[in-house]
Amino acid sequence: MIYNMEYETMPREALEAIQLRRLQTTVERVYANVEFYRGKFQQARISPADIRSLDDLKRLPFTTKQDLRDNYPFGMFAVPMDHVVRIHASSGTTGQPTVVGYTARDIQTWAGLMARSLMAGGATRGDIIHNAYGYGLFTGGLGVHYGAEMLGASVIPVSGGNTRRQVMIMKDFGPTIITATPSYTLHLAEVCEEMGVSFKDLKFRHGIFGAEPWSETMRAEIERKLNLVAVDIYGLSEVMGPGVAIECKEAKKGLHIFEDHFIPEIIDPDTLEPLPYGEVGELVFTTVTKEAFPVIRYRTRDICSLNPEPCICGRTHVRMSRVTGRSDDMLIIRGVNVFPSQIESVLMDTQGVTPHYQLIVDREGPLDVLTVRVEVSEKMFSDEVKRLQAVEKTISKSIKELLGVSAKVKLVEPKGITRSEGKAVRVVDNRKL
Amino acid sequence: MQVEQISVFLENKSGRLSEVTGILAETGINIRALALADTSDFGVLRLIVDDNEKAVSALKNNGFTVGKTDVVAVEVADRPGGLHEILEMLKKNDINVEYMYAYVRNSGQNAIMIFRFDNVPAAIDLLSSQGFTIIGGSRLYTM
Repeated sequence: MIYNMEYETMPREALEAIQLRRLQTTVERVYANVEFYRGKFQQARISPADIRSLDDLKRLPFTTKQDLRDNYPFGMFAVPMDHVVRIHASSGTTGQPTVVGYTARDIQTWAGLMARSLMAGGATRGDIIHNAYGYGLFTGGLGVHYGAEMLGASVIPVSGGNTRRQVMIMKDFGPTIITATPSYTLHLAEVCEEMGVSFKDLKFRHGIFGAEPWSETMRAEIERKLNLVAVDIYGLSEVMGPGVAIECKEAKKGLHIFEDHFIPEIIDPDTLEPLPYGEVGELVFTTVTKEAFPVIRYRTRDICSLNPEPCICGRTHVRMSRVTGRSDDMLIIRGVNVFPSQIESVLMDTQGVTPHYQLIVDREGPLDVLTVRVEVSEKMFSDEVKRLQAVEKTISKSIKELLGVSAKVKLVEPKGITRSEGKAVRVVDNRKL
Repeated sequence: MQVEQISVFLENKSGRLSEVTGILAETGINIRALALADTSDFGVLRLIVDDNEKAVSALKNNGFTVGKTDVVAVEVADRPGGLHEILEMLKKNDINVEYMYAYVRNSGQNAIMIFRFDNVPAAIDLLSSQGFTIIGGSRLYTM
């Protein structure tokens, strides 16, 4: 079923006409209201009047996560604060998270896109949705919540954690749809098994999973263990939150990007040149309906490709492939964004020096495990084992406090960390996705 | 009165200890006493050698993290209860022993123990005042 038949199945030509009109309005608004964009446009010698076709989009400058940080917290907002009704912030960043705002209409738009997404994944108004995405600054929980309400489904705002209670709720309330990160879902399946509860006896039919990279293998595992049909959902707070793109349950082959609200581009991350459909590169978004926090050519750093072929579900919107990697060194660990540079600053803060270090990510059972290997410098070395263990504990505690992610810290000998061509290998991702 | 001990950080990997002993052998350094403390991930090797400077620079040149710590070498009566007496006395006087190990050679009728205290000067004062024989670095290295 399709939630918004008119827009989701709109012929290409009509869709592009709407995109252009909305793009022009957005460009005018950010030029008038956001100092950052006005400055960037002037630097590039481009004015809103120069945007005459969708092709002119590529003349606009890019926006990066650093730009958002530089304008922390509200510098990128395009409306006065009394129009902002909601504030979210990105996960797991030291010092400056990226802060995003929503007007009342943005919240409506977002809820509408999430209603579309939930329905594309198999939900209807008769369903009970077990929403295990975290509620809070993270956009996942509230994003799904408002969409579920707009759809008219019954939503259980169970949020993340307290897994045994979740199992009890699943047994007693009989939810038919689950929304969660894939890794948490597999953890939930394990706890169910421990408690002697079989998914075969539960009522789940569909699941909508996202907020972290996962694979076809994981999909097969989730579908088998939970006895449901699983689809992938994509989003990021800088662009909206969940509901930027969704896989349809009919094809389960690529995620439809809601192009009446977001214009996607794929660029070569090195030359920054736009690439044609089908080629793999970095995904870039321009929002064309957002009021409080519009972004122009925002570089997501996610690597994927776009597929314009018609889909069996009837939606005309272009499909993005699964995200296969990042054009920077960001890791997503249990849904939390982690940059090696953040670990570096923790080491600097706790040890007073930046020793060589390496991040190892493994998947133990369903959960991501981060190990930080740190080369022992003379400064942190001691002849007493308990002091060395205290060093490990201090680093681990600071990482947990600042990044919100648990890490095992392991001291290693100098030169214990592999270097390739003299450069330390900072990240080893052993997760088989 | 204290003795300098060197310590070396080792990962729990096979062959690491023999690498250290190999470097020391090549440099012509004699190991007089040693103790190894280990956890599941790493170990700390503590050594008393006959030439600290040479040992430290040889190990550092080979990429090891090396530290120096002051420890105390004490003669302990080589009979039942000899070690117990000294530990009891330390306990009564609130001197904490972080770790200890035995020195390889005897001194007459006595054994020699190496002690790592949290407060080295206080420990030395106490041991001396109680009549224990403390063996200084220059004598110990060449015993």
